[in-house]
Amino acid sequence: MTGTFDLGWWGVLLAVVAGAIRVSTPYLLVSLGETLTEKSGRVNLGLEGTLVFGAMSAFATCYLTGSPWLGMLAAGVAGSALGLLHAAICNLPRVNDVAVGIALFIFGIGLAFFLGKPFIEPRAPMLPGLPLGNWSSNPAVRSAFEVSPMFFFGIVLAIVLEWSLKHTRWGLILRIAGESADAARAIGLRINRIRTLATMAGGFLSGLGGGFLSLYYPGNWNEGLSSGQGLMAIALVIFARWSPMRCFYASLLFGGTAAIGPAVQTIGITEGYYLFYAAPYVLTLGLLIYSSSPTRTLAGAPAELSISR
Amino acid sequence: MREPYPASQQDPGFSIEALESLLLALLAITAAALLFGAFLALQGHDALAVYRTLYLGAFGTRFSLESTLTQAAPLLLTALCTLIPARIGLLVIGAEGAVVMGGLGAALAGVALSDAPGAIGTVLTIATGALAGGLWIGAAGALKHFRGVNETISTLLLNYIAIALLNHLVSGPIRDFSQTLKAQSWSIPKSFMIGNIPGYSVHWGLLIGLVVCAVLHLVLRHTTLGFAMDILGGNRRAAQMTGLPIGRLVLFACFLGGAAAGLAGAIEVVAVHGAASESLVVGLGYAGILVAFLARQNPLAVVVVALVLGGISASGGLLQRRFDIPHAATTVLQGLIFLSVLASGTFRGRLLPRRNAP
Repeated sequence: MTGTFDLGWWGVLLAVVAGAIRVSTPYLLVSLGETLTEKSGRVNLGLEGTLVFGAMSAFATCYLTGSPWLGMLAAGVAGSALGLLHAAICNLPRVNDVAVGIALFIFGIGLAFFLGKPFIEPRAPMLPGLPLGNWSSNPAVRSAFEVSPMFFFGIVLAIVLEWSLKHTRWGLILRIAGESADAARAIGLRINRIRTLATMAGGFLSGLGGGFLSLYYPGNWNEGLSSGQGLMAIALVIFARWSPMRCFYASLLFGGTAAIGPAVQTIGITEGYYLFYAAPYVLTLGLLIYSSSPTRTLAGAPAELSISR
Repeated sequence: MREPYPASQQDPGFSIEALESLLLALLAITAAALLFGAFLALQGHDALAVYRTLYLGAFGTRFSLESTLTQAAPLLLTALCTLIPARIGLLVIGAEGAVVMGGLGAALAGVALSDAPGAIGTVLTIATGALAGGLWIGAAGALKHFRGVNETISTLLLNYIAIALLNHLVSGPIRDFSQTLKAQSWSIPKSFMIGNIPGYSVHWGLLIGLVVCAVLHLVLRHTTLGFAMDILGGNRRAAQMTGLPIGRLVLFACFLGGAAAGLAGAIEVVAVHGAASESLVVGLGYAGILVAFLARQNPLAVVVVALVLGGISASGGLLQRRFDIPHAATTVLQGLIFLSVLASGTFRGRLLPRRNAP
């Protein structure tokens, strides 16, 4: 007979931890994807559209086939298709990648709402979670520690990316394309192809992030599903200074701050609920103000990036 | 005396550049229309019939024309939030937040001034909204100039901060608890509301937007200020060498852009809602970015583009009723047009032969 109420402030802490894990997963996936894209020297500002389109694709596929994992695959493929579209347009000379991102944002959301209209009502099978809280008899603890495998996938991916960007051949190639297009050309790298692949990979991961939203948490499909996680993740990449591991920490931090509002609401504090939503944005802006300088670019920013020049 | 700089600044109509811009825009819109038609056909719709209905829903009847104009009115102003800073080479995407701040500022001013006579109250209410939006984006300009914070990212973040602030205020501190259906702020006095243009069901905001676009056109084209902005936008080094006050131009352009979007938010309050609420967050700012880019940062072209996009939005309801096509179809079409216009930019300068080709 123990519930959230009995846990009091411990319940709040638990809800924040659980929320951090749940809410951070899409942040983590999208920001890792955007890190890859930006490391190659391009910004894809359309990831919000990719995320929503991925969420719709995942839900629709899962509803039609009954397999959530097939749904996740569809989300990834749908996301990389939008990534390919972004890259194909940006590969043309004299096209602004930031503007194309905004266009893709509008297009992706429109497409998702259009094609996803028939799937708003039905229920679909959800992704399973790993029951890591079974040691406890407290249902609040058990539900808090039911963690999606996608969270662990994200952690492993962050570690692998962090290492491979530094120590592998393709990591080096990606960084050269992002640091100096001239140097990359001089050693015979095909920049457009590298950036296309990096943008598609970014789209794939953003699609997965969307799939997590529609198939795990909150776990349905409707037009208000995303609260800007795709745009947030772009800020998060800057906050994490283009490092995959720091993306992971920053995702946890952002997920945690986003979870504080709903968590304190359970113990009756409703004041300033919405201000907690703004916390990640204020944090990022604060960090930007602190670490920017009018005379040099942001430390760690790929030099070819249009937003760091 | 004035150098013909940059190319897009030459007199419209007869220059090769203007002709090329027009051709490119037409080609891009045709391409987008074909793609969208194919998309509809794939869904089993008769694309031609859909387009005919789209036209009817946008411009076909007096009713649809009025609803198109109503949709276009705020876009005239939110587009300027991207357009004005873009003239000096900044990419600002914060109109969504500036609309919110403008709406909030107007609602608060309207409530605070409730004893003032109608006309003065209206003017002050609207001005406060514009000021709030201007300071909001002006802050991003200041961050850009003094700290080197990228303006695209900071204005993106400011959008979310503004929306959170709005939600916070209307859910408690300034909430009108007598309105139970919806969280909204206290209402401004009825006497401050600006009605419709007599004889039409279109509010005065349309005329304000048109006047602002026209004045801006004159300022950008025929004043030294506009010329200085063009130099800064064309070549920052050149602007430094000529001793232009770069910092002041950055702050000014951002303030002005934000003020335009704030004005749009204020007009939404004094002409439509009567209070600040989440109804201010309906994508007016993001649509404005689209308008600014399609208009190639030209205030007169903004008028045309806003009408076209307003028409597309206005026809969404009719499409849904007649063909059972989701309302989002209009968003898909807008996204396609945006993408294809951006892609078409790559052919600029290569489509038509130049008189004085290098």
